[in-house]
Amino acid sequence: MAGANTHQAKTQFGYRRHADQDRPGQSPAEYPVVVVGAGPVGLSLAIDLAQRGQRVVLLDDADRIGEGSRAICFSKRSLEYWDRLGVADRMVDKGVVWSVGRIFHGESQLYQFNLLPEDGHKRPAFINLQQYYAEAYLVDRISDLPAIDLRWRNKVTAVEQRNDSVALTIETPEGAYRLHAQYVVACDGARSSLRQMVGAEFAGQVFEDQFLIADVKMTAEFPTERWFWFDPPFHAGRSALLHRQPDDVWRIDLQLNRYADPTVEKKPENVRPRIARMLGHDKFEFEWISLYKFQCRRMDRFIHGRVIFAGDSAHQVSPFGARGANSGLEDAENLSWKLDRVLRGTSPASLLESYHVERSGAADENIRESTRSTDFMAPNSHQEARLRQAVLALAKETEFGKRMVNGGRLSVPCSYDSPLSSRDADAWRSGPSPGCSMLDAPVATRAGEQAYLTDAFRKDGTDFTLLSFSNGAPVDVPGGVKDIRIGGEGGLADSLGLIAKRYDAEPGSAYLLRPDGYVAARFRHPTREAIAAALSRAAGLN
Amino acid sequence: MPLSTSSNFARPDDAFRAIVEAHRGLTDEQSADFDAALVLILANHIGDIDVLRDALVLAKRRMIDGQQQQQQQQQ
Repeated sequence: MAGANTHQAKTQFGYRRHADQDRPGQSPAEYPVVVVGAGPVGLSLAIDLAQRGQRVVLLDDADRIGEGSRAICFSKRSLEYWDRLGVADRMVDKGVVWSVGRIFHGESQLYQFNLLPEDGHKRPAFINLQQYYAEAYLVDRISDLPAIDLRWRNKVTAVEQRNDSVALTIETPEGAYRLHAQYVVACDGARSSLRQMVGAEFAGQVFEDQFLIADVKMTAEFPTERWFWFDPPFHAGRSALLHRQPDDVWRIDLQLNRYADPTVEKKPENVRPRIARMLGHDKFEFEWISLYKFQCRRMDRFIHGRVIFAGDSAHQVSPFGARGANSGLEDAENLSWKLDRVLRGTSPASLLESYHVERSGAADENIRESTRSTDFMAPNSHQEARLRQAVLALAKETEFGKRMVNGGRLSVPCSYDSPLSSRDADAWRSGPSPGCSMLDAPVATRAGEQAYLTDAFRKDGTDFTLLSFSNGAPVDVPGGVKDIRIGGEGGLADSLGLIAKRYDAEPGSAYLLRPDGYVAARFRHPTREAIAAALSRAAGLN
Repeated sequence: MPLSTSSNFARPDDAFRAIVEAHRGLTDEQSADFDAALVLILANHIGDIDVLRDALVLAKRRMIDGQQQQQQQQQ
């Protein structure tokens, strides 16, 4: 594909021999945690663990970042996570910020939606950013963190589970060596070799429809919005997506028929006329062309002994909904604090089971949502097509029809039905309930500076944190719990009244946040005993 | 069961007739298109997922019963 892979070797990294390779085979080096796969998930997880004080070895079998834009939509939740990892500013500065999507049917617009219609959030609903930029910024961040040892061209070829560790055999350009790790996290992607090594199945649904992705470079006046067409005039009977990326690159996604020949369809001379029909001109160059089919599937168990799976290695979804990379990043933020506590011995190893419970539940939700979108775009029977046609027709004049049109439901943080949550004992009208992600809101510091609640959480070290709303009386916070106070002397000011509103808070209310920013429990009248009990449950101690 | 199966129309024949007449002059294909839209409109008006699920179960069960009856008659 001439001229289509200009970003193939965006950044190249050298293999470097490590002293571990010189150790005799009988006494390999031992590490608390080895992460396999330096994609967005593995890189983020390594940074998070290192920031929590763990030494991490990060292995990748390649020596470069590249090969197409791949994931492009990063969610607010992912940006809030990357904020804590010290990389979000760069991502947002480079990325294209968006929150509006439009759905068209034929020539006319059916409706538009705004994924973040309210102000008072530090981060936007989404940015679009080529995956290679995201990975490059994460790799840069790792160079500031001596606790991470990133080893390129280190390919895991064997995994042996032992009672107290995992033995890895690693192939390098200079031969094989071995490492021992207390835990191994496999972030090695949809074709995970570690998944095969532990003998796990990866079952699910294969969708027969084929989609063509083309990233094209052009200067265009389209707004920075997600545009989705059903049955557009330039691509009759099928669906199409147009989305902007940085550097004047545009993501175009075209549905093809089930029987299209991939090698023929992928040829630039065949792709070009399709895109020219869509754009109305042919003043563009190809950055990347890829043809794919969806699979929606997940591992039965995300934890196999001491090997834990995160991201695409554990679950795969269709791309309409930005639920791939974003859910992988949610895996990383869910796992890292738990693994850190287990490695420190402050929580029992059974805490890790909650990673499987929470994130496999999230994977099920993501698979359900993206399967529904895919089925709407590519109906499976005449009757399904008929129902879809009825929805599209009703959408022109009814609000309920618009809401049923499914051109992709975009990633939002899942709420966990979790053993770590304490049930509400008080009455709440709204606000994030236990198992839901914290909500951002503007605050003012004592010095009068505008900031955000997510900043305060990050600065406090992303540990267990009590967010309390002052009623004048001091809150008795158990040891080891960080403290964010809204109102009162020395507290942050709810300058716009939005925190109290978003958290349905009255003076005296308090939320116990987990280290990943999820709500563990909330109280109208917090007592030390109640907070301690919720903390104990959320840390997997009972 | 939240689905109401008691007779809700004061004049049930009017309701049945209205639906039948809406289909008059339509081909089977057009009738199917019409029904698809009608089902979605009514489902949204009901606006209760439990009622909808009960209705789906009842409709499916009647369909299966009907098929069995037909098969028995053919034997």
